[in-house]
Amino acid sequence: MSIKYLDITGVGIEFDTNGKKYRALQNVNLKLDKGEFVSLIGHSGCGKSTVLNIVAGLHQATEGGVALEGKEVLDPGPDRAVVFQNHSLMPWLSVYDNVALAVDQVFRKTKSRAERRQWIEHNLQLVNMEHAMDKLPGEISGGMQQRVGIARCLAMEPKVLLLDEPFGALDALTRAQLQDSLMSIQTALGNTVIMITHDVDEAVLLSDRIVMMTNGPAATIGDILEVNLPRPRDRLELAEDADFVHLRQQVLEFLYAKHDKHESQAVQSVADSCAQLSAIPGPEKSVLSSSGTQAA
Amino acid sequence: MTDTAVTLPPQQRFAQMAAFLRPSQWVPLLLVPCLGIIVFILFWQFSASRIETSLGQFPGPVQVWEQLQNLGAEHFRERDKEVAFYQRQEKRNAEKLSADPQAAVKLRNYTGKPTFIDQIFTSLVTVAAGFVLANMIAIPLGVLCGLSTGVYKAFNPIIQIFKPVSPLAWLPLVTMVVSATYSVEDPLFQKAFLNSAITVALCCLWPTLINTTVGVASIDKDLVNVSRVMALSPLVHVRKIVLPAAIPMIFTGLRLSLATGWMVLIAAEMLAQNPGLGKFVWDEFQNGSSNSLGRIMVAVLVIGVIGFMLDKMMLTLQKRVSWDKQAVLR
Repeated sequence: MSIKYLDITGVGIEFDTNGKKYRALQNVNLKLDKGEFVSLIGHSGCGKSTVLNIVAGLHQATEGGVALEGKEVLDPGPDRAVVFQNHSLMPWLSVYDNVALAVDQVFRKTKSRAERRQWIEHNLQLVNMEHAMDKLPGEISGGMQQRVGIARCLAMEPKVLLLDEPFGALDALTRAQLQDSLMSIQTALGNTVIMITHDVDEAVLLSDRIVMMTNGPAATIGDILEVNLPRPRDRLELAEDADFVHLRQQVLEFLYAKHDKHESQAVQSVADSCAQLSAIPGPEKSVLSSSGTQAA
Repeated sequence: MTDTAVTLPPQQRFAQMAAFLRPSQWVPLLLVPCLGIIVFILFWQFSASRIETSLGQFPGPVQVWEQLQNLGAEHFRERDKEVAFYQRQEKRNAEKLSADPQAAVKLRNYTGKPTFIDQIFTSLVTVAAGFVLANMIAIPLGVLCGLSTGVYKAFNPIIQIFKPVSPLAWLPLVTMVVSATYSVEDPLFQKAFLNSAITVALCCLWPTLINTTVGVASIDKDLVNVSRVMALSPLVHVRKIVLPAAIPMIFTGLRLSLATGWMVLIAAEMLAQNPGLGKFVWDEFQNGSSNSLGRIMVAVLVIGVIGFMLDKMMLTLQKRVSWDKQAVLR
């Protein structure tokens, strides 16, 4: 098998809280091509964020590991920039300085002062925030804050862009705007993206593949759905598109019919064994079109 | 928004300032506090006239006001005497030299008694020295304790044990150690000054240390993660993220420690007879003249006013350096 751009292999993690062991993830396998946009979807508490944090290097996997371009991920670093849910801008730095903090760190040696300034302004233009460069994060709206958060990450020129429910805290209209911005930026720059989301429409609209996670404890990848909708995608046209509606339906079915949060433990154990014996098609796979990336 | 005044055009700003000068703007603001002060003064006058001590009647507002003027006048008399002394000395030396160019000329320092105002300055310099000394240790150590659980666990028992100790208990030890170790021919600082400053430092240490630790330890986890993702070096991390985030708590600690430092200094000066306001109070008490109580009362009020101004100064400084201009600071 050829080496993939980003390779998550057999990742599991066990948290130790006051002597009590809690297994959050088990045997997570995912491979990404360069320029691919993948969404992780699942109920809250299923360990989506943990997967993202392991890729970012903020958490260390108990077993298995992550390789980016063939190199193992051990520490956090600017080649795997993270956009956090609540913008996480430094409230004491202006919009410009927030991006500058990242740019100065990453390009201190390779870009001159003027080049860095230009690069910061360029990235703020990408997210349409060049008008608020001198404002403090507290003086702009939530949507704008998240735009700046995205600009800060793009400015680091990451190999993989990690988005942890980036639009979860925003109202529906702002969210739609930001989704469109993100889509056009990703098309233009060809970033490799992993995005965590709760929002089924968002996942189908933006992704090349949707990774659906089972519920914790010992959560794993339940199924992977290929989204073969042609790009550029338009949310208005897609709303009535039969393929879109069908894909959406499949995700909903996974989330609410198979892995409802309150379902019995029996289904959970099926999902677990299914994940462990991923070569053998599990019950979900007969229903959903599996991409087969789980095969170890 | 607090920065509207900055963004307004100059004409409107001027109009705003002019509006504030109108009596209808500031009279209501000052009315209630003034009322409080007037009631207090009346109550003071009323009770003072009823208290007989062995040094005479307890001083009321009028006597205290007189003593305040006396103390000021004494200061300027003393300064005049000092100037006159140096003039006399210079004249004498000049005469000596003109008579015999080889004559040995002696230059003596003026050794007058420090006045009330001198003592105020001595106390202020001492408290500033102790405060700065303490915080040069407390802030870096607090940052370390906040950043690392290991360092915190190592220092925590020591902090917990020494924190409740009154620095006055340290005073004899400090005095002995300073006189044993600080023996320079021509000392830059007087020993008494060092004793007081170190005693103040010993009590200024803890509030800043503890508040800095808490402030640093409670930085938003996401901001720390952002810093880790950017792979900031430890120094940049502290400078750009830790210190700005902890500024409000650091200042809470600084204000607490300056307030306790000022209180402890007065007590230390009284106890150790080190120059300063505390010594002034003690000397007046030992003096036992009919004016003593009035003069002590002046000192009490001045100590209070200075303590208040020190806190105001810190608050102004906090407002300057704090990034959160919307925060309500008191």
